[in-house]
Amino acid sequence: MLTIATGNKAVAAAVKEVKPDVIAAYPITPQTEIVEQIAEYVTSGELDSRYIPVESEHSAMAACIGASITGARTFTATSSHGLLYMHEMVNWAAGARLPIVMANVNRAIGPGWNVWAEHTDAFQERDTGWLQVYVSTVQEAYDTTLMAFRIAEHADVILPVMVNLDGFLLSHSMQSLDTLNAGDFVPPLHLPHAIDVLNPAGYGTLTGPDEHFRFRWEIEKAMRRSRKVIAETERDFAERFGRSYGVAEEYRYEDADVVVIAMGTLGKEAEVAVDLLRNEGVNAGSLRIRWLRPFPDLDLSGREVVVIDRDYSFGFGGIIAQSLMARQRVDLYSVIAGLGGQEVTYDDIAGFVRERRPGTELWFGVNGNV
Amino acid sequence: MTAARLLALAAFRDGKYATACPFYGAERRGAPVVSYVRIDDRPIRVYSQIRNPDLVIVLDPSVMEVVDVLHGLKRHGKVLMNGTTTEKIHGAPAFAVDLTGIALREKLVIAGSPILNTPVLGALAKMGIISVDSAKSAIREMFSDERNVRAAEAAFQELVI
Repeated sequence: MLTIATGNKAVAAAVKEVKPDVIAAYPITPQTEIVEQIAEYVTSGELDSRYIPVESEHSAMAACIGASITGARTFTATSSHGLLYMHEMVNWAAGARLPIVMANVNRAIGPGWNVWAEHTDAFQERDTGWLQVYVSTVQEAYDTTLMAFRIAEHADVILPVMVNLDGFLLSHSMQSLDTLNAGDFVPPLHLPHAIDVLNPAGYGTLTGPDEHFRFRWEIEKAMRRSRKVIAETERDFAERFGRSYGVAEEYRYEDADVVVIAMGTLGKEAEVAVDLLRNEGVNAGSLRIRWLRPFPDLDLSGREVVVIDRDYSFGFGGIIAQSLMARQRVDLYSVIAGLGGQEVTYDDIAGFVRERRPGTELWFGVNGNV
Repeated sequence: MTAARLLALAAFRDGKYATACPFYGAERRGAPVVSYVRIDDRPIRVYSQIRNPDLVIVLDPSVMEVVDVLHGLKRHGKVLMNGTTTEKIHGAPAFAVDLTGIALREKLVIAGSPILNTPVLGALAKMGIISVDSAKSAIREMFSDERNVRAAEAAFQELVI
């Protein structure tokens, strides 16, 4: 059905379509609308799920973990400080191989108190064993949430997935939304290590170094296999519903000499900057990284690269810029922009490309090249 | 925020692409707030704030004491304001309609504040931004109280173009 909705409402609508058994959540700006809407679905009977309004995000993830280990499909949503408050349980969910799906509405971390978009919240969870995907439109938020359940629950993956959307910029922006009848696109969950009272087993007991090491290797193997599962899921989604996104979305990329790399809404805004630059005779293209984990294999050889990080690792650099440099020999221009919801327009992005200085880092609007 | 969402919804019902992006600061009723709406025949990929609007809608003229509402307005840009006069607007075509009066007449008042979000759609229909049908259906999609539609109809009648 074609309608118009916010990013938050799109996530809630997708959750309704896949019918989790258990949803446990705690509201936080700018995620609140997701859990409000889901609570309303449950109250009105449109969604037959057990909704647990918990007292904290730590408990929200703990409740999801408890439910998930019984083989139940589970969902939660959070943002920023809420995500960090559940950090211990976020690690636990991945370590226990539980295919929980969580929407995280990206928001800066205080102090100073700030409710606007930044990716550093989710990036602080990037080494936990969760798959992470970043979306850029209301439709993509919906489609990706549907796909997230199938990817998380796939027998070759069995890992949690975090769907990230920019606070306010996407969570509260209204755009067109085509809601789907997903049918059997997301098959029933079969958790191989679900608690079975007829077949008792121990969970979370003391694990020696050798076994622990093996468990970690299993997570990495699943993460590597997830690349194929993501591709398969995307392909089937495209066949059924006619839309696909890829691990990274290319725009006028094929023949581009200079490529802008960004995530989330900035990745979409970058496309407009590319059009602007092309009109000026600059052979620009853009690449919007969607999956942070598993990190995509990108071939940037022979191109100049401008990376916009809406995040930062203090004493190190922009996290996407550094990740790209760790993977390939590329002399890139690292731009730090949009932290705490800083306004960044397509004009600004075109400016980053025009005035690029490869090998340096720019803190947009704060100081010049470092 | 609601007015922006309604406008985007109405434009969408007209078959256009539309986005409504609120800028959230202090979300208290009565505090100055800004919302942006883009309407286009093609998909909209811009999320940043609008710096050069085609149309500025001023729901509460008291903001003009602290905000230059004409700042960045395009050369042929217009202003639609709630009120009985446009005398405070200089240098751009301006239209006024008494949305507050209409809301009070229709008893569209919540917590002491007249509701301007729904009647303004009628004025926007009169200006040709959206169709009358889409204005009404957008209001009905978001609100069940028919007084909202009546208020929009009144604004359509009263706005002089």
